[in-house]
Amino acid sequence: MLSIKNLTASIEENKILNNLSLNIGKGEVHALMGPNGSGKSTLSNILAGKEEYQILSGEIIFNGNNLLDLDIEERSQKGLFLAFQYPVEIPGVNITPFLLTALNSKLKKEGKKEIDNLTFAKNIKHIASELGIQKEMLSRSVNEGFSGGEKKRFEILQMSILKPLLSILDETDSGLDVDALRVVTDGVNKLRNPESSFLIITHYQRLLDYIEPDFVHVIHEGRITKTGNISVAQEIEKNGYKNLI
Amino acid sequence: MSSINELNDILSDKERSYKFGFSTDIESERPKKGLSEDTIKFISSKKNEPEWMLDWRLKAFEKWKGLKEPSWANISYPKIDYQDIYYYSAPKGFKEKPKSLDEVDPKLIETYNKLGIPLQEQKVLAGVAVDAVFDSVSVATTYKGELEKLGIIFCSISEAVINHPELIKKYLGSVIPPGDHSFAALNSAVFTDGSFVYIPENVKCPIELSTYFRINAEETGQFERTLIIADKNSYVSYLEGCTAPQRDTNQLHAANVELIALENAEIKYSTIQNWFPGDEEGKGGIYNFVTKRGLCKEKNSKISWTQVETGSAITWKYPSCILKGENSIGEFYSVAITNNMQQADTGTKMTHIGKNTKSKIVSKGISLGKSQNTYRGLVNFLKNSDKSRNYTQCDSLLIGDKCGAHTVPYIESKNHSSIVEHEASTSKINEEQLFYCRQRGLNQEEAVSLIVNGFCKQVLQELPMEFAVEAQKLVSISLEGSVG
Repeated sequence: MLSIKNLTASIEENKILNNLSLNIGKGEVHALMGPNGSGKSTLSNILAGKEEYQILSGEIIFNGNNLLDLDIEERSQKGLFLAFQYPVEIPGVNITPFLLTALNSKLKKEGKKEIDNLTFAKNIKHIASELGIQKEMLSRSVNEGFSGGEKKRFEILQMSILKPLLSILDETDSGLDVDALRVVTDGVNKLRNPESSFLIITHYQRLLDYIEPDFVHVIHEGRITKTGNISVAQEIEKNGYKNLI
Repeated sequence: MSSINELNDILSDKERSYKFGFSTDIESERPKKGLSEDTIKFISSKKNEPEWMLDWRLKAFEKWKGLKEPSWANISYPKIDYQDIYYYSAPKGFKEKPKSLDEVDPKLIETYNKLGIPLQEQKVLAGVAVDAVFDSVSVATTYKGELEKLGIIFCSISEAVINHPELIKKYLGSVIPPGDHSFAALNSAVFTDGSFVYIPENVKCPIELSTYFRINAEETGQFERTLIIADKNSYVSYLEGCTAPQRDTNQLHAANVELIALENAEIKYSTIQNWFPGDEEGKGGIYNFVTKRGLCKEKNSKISWTQVETGSAITWKYPSCILKGENSIGEFYSVAITNNMQQADTGTKMTHIGKNTKSKIVSKGISLGKSQNTYRGLVNFLKNSDKSRNYTQCDSLLIGDKCGAHTVPYIESKNHSSIVEHEASTSKINEEQLFYCRQRGLNQEEAVSLIVNGFCKQVLQELPMEFAVEAQKLVSISLEGSVG
């Protein structure tokens, strides 16, 4: 699904990723852990296409496409989803039409029939209730006045509607209470299937108690220093990163 | 290059096409160029006006001679040569307004069809009566008969001068005195056509009334005059739309609009202004110097202005409310988008005279390209306006780094019990918002359009349903610079 080969990237002359390689297969769940400033968020931003980074070398293949050749929106339309660490507020833009526009641009790209307002309104209500999201939320503006927990729930709702091939969750668990964490992890678990893959960036093993990853990677100074199973996360929880970087 | 800069390049480099830029090849009849007593007499005689109307015009002309153009606005333009303008233009052979659409020149009907304003009643927008003004004359008014049954008068102002002189004598110039300022005097001297509306007591006008202004002839000024009177316990919603052909020269548009609301009456006045804005170098376009003023004359009356301003090279416009009646309410909702070299100085004036009067101002300015966008407002509480209040919110959005947004709110209060709330913000279109939308699969233009429409939502939702969707599209078109 995703193959990152020897990726080196910088921002404003600072090298953040240093010869990083990572492979995520179809249907796999990968967790990425690492100390602050190790390059976790940079990696997710580069995958999504944020423009302020310079790619110095390496390549990224996503589902057969050369990812670095694609615009931000093309990556999304081809099935890459980023659940933001800090989702931005867009005042006056109602959630339901926003998501409908997003979904239809994807369907159009795939040459599928676009969905109409009424059908979509029904679908979104159904998915929201499955995730335990109040339907009042659906008539609000995108992230406007949302609490931290509401923002993260809304990210998961969007993920559930767009049904991406690869979902990147950038510290989606940080700052969440147990209930909100449940919504997030339920959302991921519901979407787990042999076709979709996940890259979950987190600081805490807590999240991995709910979502069982196939692989756990440790990132340090812009490269993967350790790859293993859940025991790696347990080791971090117990002793910190000192033995792993 | 950051996406904002790219976007700005797209928006300023790409020729912004104006889909209403065509002109109609129709011979027109015009007097000699220039402003003089003769010109005024020509206009008045063309319209078969009574003597008193001509006298009124000539008095206004005398006042105009002694007045200078207002110079306090944040706009710059070459000196207007009032002797180099045609003051009247009518399709040739147009003697009297056609009695039925069968008599209207097919070329005119075709023009309005192209503009999306079909005049045949079976095809007209459901629930909207239209008065179509082409250059200096009203060419058709739809739904007239239906309205007459309710006692509603909806006709061109030229017809009203002849058929309803008592109302014209009583109200014309009662809200905007001809000597108010130079553009008001100019309009009073040479006004050519416009709409007249009278809603009788206890009548709620069941359909939207609308006037569509089209400037066609070259080097011609359009001086429209609109007068709306809502008698006791009545209600009317009125909408004006405007376009002009794409020409290299600037054209002057100096309109006066007067609204009068009597006891318990409500007038809702909406404008979608899309005059030709000039090309990306600022060549051509309409100079739009408009005076709009509403008088809440008696208690519990309400006047609400909503405007979406996307066109014109220069916009100078301050729809205002005089809140004279106790408990009267004035509202002003505005979206002004400027692109390329456009300049807009627009806002409102709320004058609180009566007790318990309320006003609300919501202004959204969006600047792109090298344009300058100014909100200018005055909220004035006079001595007896006990317990009156105003709420003002002015938000500006900048797209790119070569444009400007300015906010100039004045507040004057001679009454200690009045309350003023003011909020203002200026922001740049946010990279993070764009990234977020694009990550969800929206392209750059869709994302900008969505963000800007969200920014304007508070105002757009005030428009009548029939036009809200049109207005949203117009906002998107103004941003994209592409044919809609």
